[in-house]
Amino acid sequence: MTSIFRSRYAVGIGFLVAAVLLFAVAPAVLTTFRLGLLGKYLCYAMVAVGIGLAWGRGGMLTLGQGVFFGIGAYLMAMHLKLADAGPGAVPDFMALISSEGVPWWWEPFRSGTVTIIAILVLPTLLAVLLGQATFRRKVRGAYFAILSQALAAAFAILLIGNPVATGGSTGLNNFKGFFGFSLRDPANRQMLYFIAAAALLVMVLVARQLMVSRFGELLVACRDGEERVRFLGYDPATVKTVAFAVAAMMAGVGGALFVPIVGIISPNDVGVVPSIGLLIGVAIGGRTTLAGPVLGAIAVAWAETSLSEQFPSGWTYVQGLMFMLVVAFLPGGLASLVKWRRTAKADPPPPPAAEKDLTPEPAGGAQA
Amino acid sequence: MNTDYLELTGLTVSFDGFVAVDGVNLSVLKGDLRFLIGPNGAGKTTLIDAVSGLVQATGRAEFAGKDLLGLKVHRIARLGVGRTFQTATVFEELTVLQNLDIAAGAGRSPWTLLRKRSGVPAAVEEAMETVGLTALADTQAGILAHGQKQWLEIGMLLVQDARLLMLDEPVAGMSAEEKDETGRLLQRICADRTVVVVEHDMDFMRSFAKSVTVLHAGKVLSEGSVAEVQADPKVQEVYLGPGHHTAEEAAIVLGEGA
Amino acid sequence: MDILVTQVFNGLSGGSILLLAALGLALTFGQMGVINMAHGEFMMAGAYTAYVCQQLLGSAGVSLLVSLPIAFLIGGLLGVVLEATLLRRMYHRPLDTLLVTWGVSLILQQLARDLFGTAGVDVAAPAWLSGPVEILGFAFPRSRLFILVLAIVAVVAVTLVLKLTPLGRRIRATVQNRQLAESAGISTRRTDMLTFFIGSGLAGIAGVALTLMGSISSNLGTSYIVDAFLVVIIGGIGQIKGAVIAAFVLGVAQSWIEYSTSASIAKVIVFALVVAFLQFRPQGIFQVRTRSLV
Repeated sequence: MTSIFRSRYAVGIGFLVAAVLLFAVAPAVLTTFRLGLLGKYLCYAMVAVGIGLAWGRGGMLTLGQGVFFGIGAYLMAMHLKLADAGPGAVPDFMALISSEGVPWWWEPFRSGTVTIIAILVLPTLLAVLLGQATFRRKVRGAYFAILSQALAAAFAILLIGNPVATGGSTGLNNFKGFFGFSLRDPANRQMLYFIAAAALLVMVLVARQLMVSRFGELLVACRDGEERVRFLGYDPATVKTVAFAVAAMMAGVGGALFVPIVGIISPNDVGVVPSIGLLIGVAIGGRTTLAGPVLGAIAVAWAETSLSEQFPSGWTYVQGLMFMLVVAFLPGGLASLVKWRRTAKADPPPPPAAEKDLTPEPAGGAQA
Repeated sequence: MNTDYLELTGLTVSFDGFVAVDGVNLSVLKGDLRFLIGPNGAGKTTLIDAVSGLVQATGRAEFAGKDLLGLKVHRIARLGVGRTFQTATVFEELTVLQNLDIAAGAGRSPWTLLRKRSGVPAAVEEAMETVGLTALADTQAGILAHGQKQWLEIGMLLVQDARLLMLDEPVAGMSAEEKDETGRLLQRICADRTVVVVEHDMDFMRSFAKSVTVLHAGKVLSEGSVAEVQADPKVQEVYLGPGHHTAEEAAIVLGEGA
Repeated sequence: MDILVTQVFNGLSGGSILLLAALGLALTFGQMGVINMAHGEFMMAGAYTAYVCQQLLGSAGVSLLVSLPIAFLIGGLLGVVLEATLLRRMYHRPLDTLLVTWGVSLILQQLARDLFGTAGVDVAAPAWLSGPVEILGFAFPRSRLFILVLAIVAVVAVTLVLKLTPLGRRIRATVQNRQLAESAGISTRRTDMLTFFIGSGLAGIAGVALTLMGSISSNLGTSYIVDAFLVVIIGGIGQIKGAVIAAFVLGVAQSWIEYSTSASIAKVIVFALVVAFLQFRPQGIFQVRTRSLV
């Protein structure tokens, strides 16, 4: 971990390289279609940055990021549908299955400003509520993971059960414009990609600041010794809620950008399975690192696209194997291999961490 | 600052009907170095747990004029109450410096928290000096030796600016030299603080305690100076079993002062 | 009145299915802190066992009874293999077991799709379980009563094993204090394996029971696993009686809320109720009090 804190230059250079790749190289070498795919991967990467923060640094295994991703996505999709329909009109899919008109809670999202504020606020607010309700009562670990999973399940069922308001299991799709720009125009699609790339880079910067700050150290302390932190006068519930809320906000923005880039959002993108699927990239890249989750998420999303094109059912086996092998045998992800090699070359080997286990437990300390 | 003392009145802790601490009255003044001793199951650790908010208790536990019972753990900590645990509990993935910096920072503003630490805070520097870990500032706490972890914990209490320190078996597993150093450290820091130590190590107790309270079956059995407690027949009975004991027998168990 | 009886019965019936699904989880989660996401797929394996048995034997009445012990064995073996190959090295990382077993569950589901197809298959219920039985003027489906009885038998059997057998004593000792149990000479390795065998075997039995409720497919497990885990959480870790109460309460609540609102909003309400419940009882209905720090 210290190597990340120390290598100021490495981070700066890495960031610059990423910016050049995203803003100059990728648009030059990729077709509009492939660039759109990359934009989609970047949206997943935004969720991954947040998961790295909440899970890797904060120890909160959140299996419900699809909910926050979905809220952001559906809010954006609602606005795009309303904007496509025009002022006061009813979106096409709604007019097809119902004569009731637009539900009252859709109406505010005719406004782009309201929508953007809601995308930033609602996922964060839900995370704060859930975080306070659980962390304050010391509901954590597996309990928290399962609750977050139950939330994802309930969210997907809620979406499917209300086809008039949410498009049901088909979801919302067939968007024509994005804040006045036509989505058919390749130039506008490229602009969307640039927005996603910029948003991702901003999120990485935010995550880095949070990780290297005192807050980041405190978050790790809460992960490893929540009770101990309490005895030092902090309320770990607050610390964890902040990290969880930031992760939720990132997921929400990722979802909101996913919609115009991919052109569809449905319960299949936000339920239990996709929510957990978001974790594998983070695990492969290295959950506690800054770049690991981003690179892992992009790599996994890319692999999924390319593999499912050729072997539709094969991808599930690959994904399952990755979860099994990476988490069981390489919990630090690929980043731990890189770090290990680096330490092996540059620094003298650290004192064995296992030493503490070998120290004979003193007779007095065994009394409990 | 004369109100800086710990006053327990009728403190009682029960677990599902089992009374672990039974109506304990206890006052510890600032500057004191009070040892809590007693056989296993006497309620020593539970007493500390109750004062620090880990377990629920009835009665009163006042520090600096405030009743601590019913407050949340972190609120009690912010009132200047700090404690350590039987097994040293430090943040193993963080460095010594980071451990101490966190302990020093409960009152920090959100703005300070969101920035990177620049330099070493004076209190942290001083605490590292006091517990002798300055050279290991950037070492991960997980690879410290057992005794060093205990010291780091004490250092964390110091930077936390705890005015009431409660230590649970601070010298368990330490070598003789480490024990002496810890004892001298405790004597130094108790000058302007209230310090309570739970300990089984009778030699350590005899060398460094300013006063002693003996607990037995959740109740206060005896209280006074080391010599007074050692001379107390009730204490001898608890440690040696009922019956008459010679001074020599008592000395073997309780130390030469008996 | 009719509606009340029907809803309560539906709730108890739903609860008994949840209980069958959660009973094994309560054992493995309680004993080892392992969160076995593949438990649902072990149920699926049990359901397909019943299907295969029926294909081979023909007679619905015989195949159901035959498939119960076979499904127990298959579920148990799957569990033991999982425990021995992956989980035993991960006991100090309980959260990570969740993701590893999730991977296992993905693979088992895909395997089922490749072997049995994506469409659901039906297992015919035996004649003695078809149709309703009349009690006090109310008609109750026999198959649901059978599941209710099966769940009660399973609970009684597990309770007896825990209370009366040497294995049960070892399991309880390990649940309460693993280190102490080890130092008292209990082979926690063997105990863990046997616990996993029994817990996963129960999933197999639950799977057989589910074939009476409708057609089975590869995602049979996913629809039960989340609720089953909620039962374990509400019941309190390592508490069989907690799981029993939680399963029936959740079953009745779910059926009642579904009846008064809709299936889709019911899930959200139940989720909110669970979170609200944890505000008062963060460790479940029955909590084990300890003094330890973590």
